[in-house]
Amino acid sequence: MKKITLEVNGKPVVKEIPDNTLLSSFLRETLNLTGTHVGCDTSQCGACVVHVNGKSIKSCTALATDVEGSKITTIEGLASNGKMHPMQEAFKKMHGLQCGFCTPGMVMSAVDLLQNKKNPSEKEIRDWLEGNICRCTGYHNIVKAVKEAASKM
Amino acid sequence: MASLVGSRVERKEDKKFLTGKGRYTADITLAHQTHAVFVRSPHARAQIKKVDITKASKSPGVVAILTGKDLADDKIGGLIAGWKIVSEDGSDMKVPAHPALATDIVNYVGDHVAVVIAETLEDAKNAAELVNVDYKILKAVVETEKAMDSDAIHKDIPKNLCYDWLLGDRSKTKAAFDSADKIVKIDLRNNRLIPNAMEPRASIGDYNPSTEEITLYTANQNPHLTRLVISAFNAVAPEHKFRVVAPDVGGGFGSKIYPYSEDVVIAWAAKKIQRPVKWVAERTESFLSDCHGRDHVTHAELAVKSDGTVVGLKVDTIANLGGYASLFATVTPTYLYGPLVLGLYNIPAAYCNVKAVYTNTAPVDAYRGAGRPEATYMIERLMSKAAMELGMDQVDFRRKNFIKQFPHQQALVHNIDSGDYDAHLDKALEIADYKGFAKRKSDSESKGKLRGIGFSTYIEACGIAPSAAVMSLGAGVGLWESAEVRFNPTGNVTVFTGAHSHGQGHDTVFAQIVGDKLGVALENVEVVHGDTDKGPFGMGTYGSRSLAVGGTAIDKACDKIIAKGKRVAAKMLEASESDVDFKDGEFIVAKSNKKKTIGEIAFACYLPGQYGEIKSPLPEGDEPGLKETAFYDPINFSFPAGTHICEVEIDPETGETKLDKYSAVDDFGTIMNPMIVEGQVHGGVAQGVGQALYENAHYDETGQLVTASYMDYTMPRADNFPELKIDYTCTPATSNPLGAKGCGEAGAIAAPPAVMNAVVDAIGTDISMPATAEKVWNACKNLKKTNSKAA
Repeated sequence: MKKITLEVNGKPVVKEIPDNTLLSSFLRETLNLTGTHVGCDTSQCGACVVHVNGKSIKSCTALATDVEGSKITTIEGLASNGKMHPMQEAFKKMHGLQCGFCTPGMVMSAVDLLQNKKNPSEKEIRDWLEGNICRCTGYHNIVKAVKEAASKM
Repeated sequence: MASLVGSRVERKEDKKFLTGKGRYTADITLAHQTHAVFVRSPHARAQIKKVDITKASKSPGVVAILTGKDLADDKIGGLIAGWKIVSEDGSDMKVPAHPALATDIVNYVGDHVAVVIAETLEDAKNAAELVNVDYKILKAVVETEKAMDSDAIHKDIPKNLCYDWLLGDRSKTKAAFDSADKIVKIDLRNNRLIPNAMEPRASIGDYNPSTEEITLYTANQNPHLTRLVISAFNAVAPEHKFRVVAPDVGGGFGSKIYPYSEDVVIAWAAKKIQRPVKWVAERTESFLSDCHGRDHVTHAELAVKSDGTVVGLKVDTIANLGGYASLFATVTPTYLYGPLVLGLYNIPAAYCNVKAVYTNTAPVDAYRGAGRPEATYMIERLMSKAAMELGMDQVDFRRKNFIKQFPHQQALVHNIDSGDYDAHLDKALEIADYKGFAKRKSDSESKGKLRGIGFSTYIEACGIAPSAAVMSLGAGVGLWESAEVRFNPTGNVTVFTGAHSHGQGHDTVFAQIVGDKLGVALENVEVVHGDTDKGPFGMGTYGSRSLAVGGTAIDKACDKIIAKGKRVAAKMLEASESDVDFKDGEFIVAKSNKKKTIGEIAFACYLPGQYGEIKSPLPEGDEPGLKETAFYDPINFSFPAGTHICEVEIDPETGETKLDKYSAVDDFGTIMNPMIVEGQVHGGVAQGVGQALYENAHYDETGQLVTASYMDYTMPRADNFPELKIDYTCTPATSNPLGAKGCGEAGAIAAPPAVMNAVVDAIGTDISMPATAEKVWNACKNLKKTNSKAA
């Protein structure tokens, strides 16, 4: 067991957890932040993407103890004062989601893309999202949503 | 009032998913819950000599370890096949016992042997490692085409043959072939796919000792039927003491239609140990034990006159059912496949013979399209091949054989009510810029690339299904749908549907229908589904049926609401009922300014008397309240159709196939929400492209699934696609008042032949799906050799 201190969605968190707790399990089970999803067991699907100190990572592939002291943002922390983030708004407007399961990871990943590149081309968007699998949308409207968000941010 | 139906209304359900507030089964945590891990067979085929749980039982945290023997002792029934198929010789299909936990024999890698229930998931995993199963390994039967010549894997099922089914007329077909100028032949494999809904399956069982009721939370497309089957056949609990909740479900694509072993075991175990039991599949388990799709081997022949008129079709298929017959497995390669082999062509004589075989692989059942993609792949590849062999233009040859008059009784089963196939073909040629293809091809050639164009003019039978018709063909259930429209006293509306939404956007589309029909604002309509304790029994979502069948049930329930509203309004407004019209949410007395809003009428129905200024007498004979139920049984299938055109560019040096252009024009009848329909087409096309270029479930000769992770099974990714061009034509369905035909499966049905015809067009030789870089590269290399020899 290890005590960790970090900030999750702007709130300080102190918890004692087994050393081998994955960040995804820590978020889902210890903190009940179930918006972060787990869709595979090989770090491929990207449904678990969260931000650690502003950078997107797959939370199924990090130990919670390794992000000690970090600032974590999950899909639950993206909206501010009840207003959805422009990326969330764009996904809604462009119908960038269907079943919603890959959506949190997709949105968190896309937000990080726009942090790195203000106006990505279609190819850059598609290449960036290569690590997030969606089975519903064929990615078409996800790409459109990211473009839409880029025009608004 | 602006119409909601037909508008691009943003989805009501999106906000919860976008803010992380979706609630999928794995997100549910119950007090005192335990965790389950299944012990699965590592062998494709083996006898179970002994299951020893002694050591595992002593492992920390273990609550219970249950085996097939415990299930049998509790008289829990096995899984069933829900559709009886009769062979050509008149004998019934042969279905093996399918216990939820195997007792004597395992039949695929991932087959269920025991369940370990423990305080934590880690405890359960650790204990599962200690369950010692003594197997006698038997030689596995894996390959579809060899199954009939291999050891029988089930007792009393010779040649591993479930049925040898025939649709159509052999002698009439022979006569047609005798009259033909040319016979075109094709051999095809429809590759096995793994559905891969992004949410892995999950089940939570919860027993309430006070009400003696079991609740099963499960990732399922069909909660009412799941409850019925687990109750009536598995005998886990009587229906009135059994509730099934399918909360937010992260995609299904067919793989979550049916109850699985895990559902049966988890519901039963929760009662047995008197604590909640939670099971969540890991992705590897999904690969191994979700029902797979497709897996056909087909030989087909087309009889053609020299002028290009198709006169006959013969189809012989071997369909792989996997280790057992899953719930809809037997109908998928028969009645969902056979009638569709004719495509949208006027082919006067045909037969389709299907031999369904058992093998030591995961059960195969309905996957997006279910039978119709296999039929479409066959006929569209064959039509392209025939056009080539006849030296006719792909487009002209198809157009010449289109059905042109409606209704049209096909040679096999279906009576197609409406369509205009020239219309979607013409529009597709235009948006695909067919005229510019030759120039694009020569541009590609100048870069050393090969360019091909592929067509798929497809039809599907959706709106599943008219009950009497399908029951006469062997269905063990009626396939109607239910709805309840409940006006609340304060004027908002709750709509219960027996359909289930797991990405389709029912919350929005059904609310659009109700909003328009009853004149209620969209935000005042709530659509409820997925809970057997709420709303009437329904048949779930699959077969592109939810709108055509479920939407119609809602429409009909709304009709009843309006009819009662008119009676009440007439009484309140002291008018004759026949003088009351209903429009845009208001009951209006003709030729007067007397009117009541539907909200006022609803309120009156709940306050049937005089209270101060409120005066709302109900007509004599009418009951208080405003709530109506409708069960709608369709009179026919619906027949969406369309044209998809694909262009690929291939690098012969690397074998890489780039999907360069994809255009789709579909006729889905009347469209409720174009934004949602486009999304369905995009997703379907992506799955179809996946089948054609990337995806393949591969078992090795010992029956090990080699492609059991996302590292090995190639899922289509964002960078695999160009922007898709989508458009529509519309001939409304005549079989339902909405005019809707269904759109959920079209892309997955149309895309594989469109893509493969393009690949074949580019490289000039037949190739099997998926057209991986390796296969294409080899084909190009061999072709080069052949060409240089010929020169």
